[in-house]
Amino acid sequence: MRDYKTIVLTNDEISPGYYRMRVLAPEIGAAARPGQFVMLRVQANLPPLLRRPFGIFRTGFLPADCDGLPLKEYLELVYKVVGSGTEMMRQLKPGSRVEMMAPLGSSFDLGDPAADKILVGGGIGLVPLFKLAEELVKQGKVRLLMGGRTRDDILAVTEFERLGVETYVSTDDGSLGEEGFVTQVLERKLDKYPAAEVFACGPMPMLEAVEKICTARQTPLQVSLEALMACGVGACLGCVVKGQGHSDAAPRYLCTCKEGPVFRAQELEWQLLDKVESGCEGCK
Amino acid sequence: MNRQDQKPLRPELAVELAGMRLRNPVMPASGTFGYGEEYTSFLDLEKIGAIVTKGLSLMPKAGNPTPRIAETTSGMLNAIGLQNVGIEAFAAHKVPFFRQLNTPVIANFFGNTLEEYGEVAQRLNDIPEVAAAELNISCPNVKQGGIVFGTDPQAAAEVVTLVRKAFKRPLIVKLTPNVTDITVVARAVEEAGADVICCINTLTGMSIDIRSRKPRIANRTGGLSGPAIRTVAVRMVHQVVQSVKLPVIGVGGIMEAADALEFLIAGATAVQVGTANFIDPACMLKIVEGIEQFCIEERIADIRQLIGSLQV
Repeated sequence: MRDYKTIVLTNDEISPGYYRMRVLAPEIGAAARPGQFVMLRVQANLPPLLRRPFGIFRTGFLPADCDGLPLKEYLELVYKVVGSGTEMMRQLKPGSRVEMMAPLGSSFDLGDPAADKILVGGGIGLVPLFKLAEELVKQGKVRLLMGGRTRDDILAVTEFERLGVETYVSTDDGSLGEEGFVTQVLERKLDKYPAAEVFACGPMPMLEAVEKICTARQTPLQVSLEALMACGVGACLGCVVKGQGHSDAAPRYLCTCKEGPVFRAQELEWQLLDKVESGCEGCK
Repeated sequence: MNRQDQKPLRPELAVELAGMRLRNPVMPASGTFGYGEEYTSFLDLEKIGAIVTKGLSLMPKAGNPTPRIAETTSGMLNAIGLQNVGIEAFAAHKVPFFRQLNTPVIANFFGNTLEEYGEVAQRLNDIPEVAAAELNISCPNVKQGGIVFGTDPQAAAEVVTLVRKAFKRPLIVKLTPNVTDITVVARAVEEAGADVICCINTLTGMSIDIRSRKPRIANRTGGLSGPAIRTVAVRMVHQVVQSVKLPVIGVGGIMEAADALEFLIAGATAVQVGTANFIDPACMLKIVEGIEQFCIEERIADIRQLIGSLQV
């Protein structure tokens, strides 16, 4: 991990209220694993005071220049404009300076190469699943179940399809794909592919429902959590979640930023997780 | 040789705190730097004056429910609740890392009861890698310990007297700003045997989410830190410097070198950087460099000439 002082390459709206920002990030490709995140600072002066965590959507190389220099690497973030920090991000133009600690946190385990994989994304929770899908398609069948409130919350589905991922869309209002929650699609898919492994990221109520479904079927599940964070490196203990076996007498807190954001479902004490809206803007 | 050809001499930045020599006056504030290890990817720990650990207690401590942090205007509220690994795990797992490090380690600690304060101090005294101890009698976010001792001059003196007997190396006492007159507590801990006073801890604050109508942190109230509190901190450091003979460590909202210099001019011998570590993990190095640059520009050969140089 390092602290990049770098620039924005592109920053475009991809769906109403959702943006994709591409940032120059030398050597990020070899360093970043699926599920990791960055702590981004959009301007040197205040506000906002704290950096904000954002999931890494993907990394890649710019097309070759004619100058014979090494290929330039970039990192892409996808974020939703929900507060003053992301509003400021939205206004960044190509060439704007940003600071970014990256890559941070734990990553997805790719699981049993022989097993089918099901990715479950809720809204902006789709972000860390793309880089994971890039890896998983190399070893077998991958299906993406993408859910959102309305069609505006359904992101980047065609990009998953281009990887060879089979995608299923559902929206709460039926404005795109099947009407209803993504979890009902998950149950159907698990009925059909009972040996599949599941990877999920999205709002807490969705993750809790996914956890119940997977635990009941003994399906391996990894989740990526969101949290408010200050430091991003495990120092401030602001973003903790309760780990398996936690009690007041024997506390077992895990830092979402350091032990997470990706956890195996059995690492967490689901009954005791705080039912709070994280209010964050990117993904983590 | 004309002036342009002269290489500016590097100003002396070293300071001394109760016999402990620091290569420069910049160190992290407890709770914002973990146990130091967390930041090794971002800065050379041998370029800062000291390392200050997360607050330690006799037994591991769970801390508060989440959300524990909230950003506010030019600051942040936190109510972590002193979550820590406990003194034994600290000794076993964190101390070995300090052995190879040529930077003094200051262990921040607290107790739920008077006796616990004494026991932790005793235990810290037995760990030679701990160069100094910082006694926390100022945490606003826990029911027992912490601020209970820090707001009452007699209770503060009592805990300092007890800890003083157990801990033989430099003893720093960190004070809370949540009192009517900080100089009363400062004088009480000086008389009780403290070597250094550190001020200020966070200011108690509260923030409410107007949509859910709930407090933005689960503990309802939290400690306010960041640039929002700096002017209060500078004022309190000034008051404490005026009222005691002990050296003072100034802390509160330092973001850059100019902020640190304010504290030094007010009379602080050293400074702690807290919230700024979250925003820029290498900020302490920049602050050290900025202080050095300022000394060169102002033709100050030794930082000690600057300390307490306030013109009134």
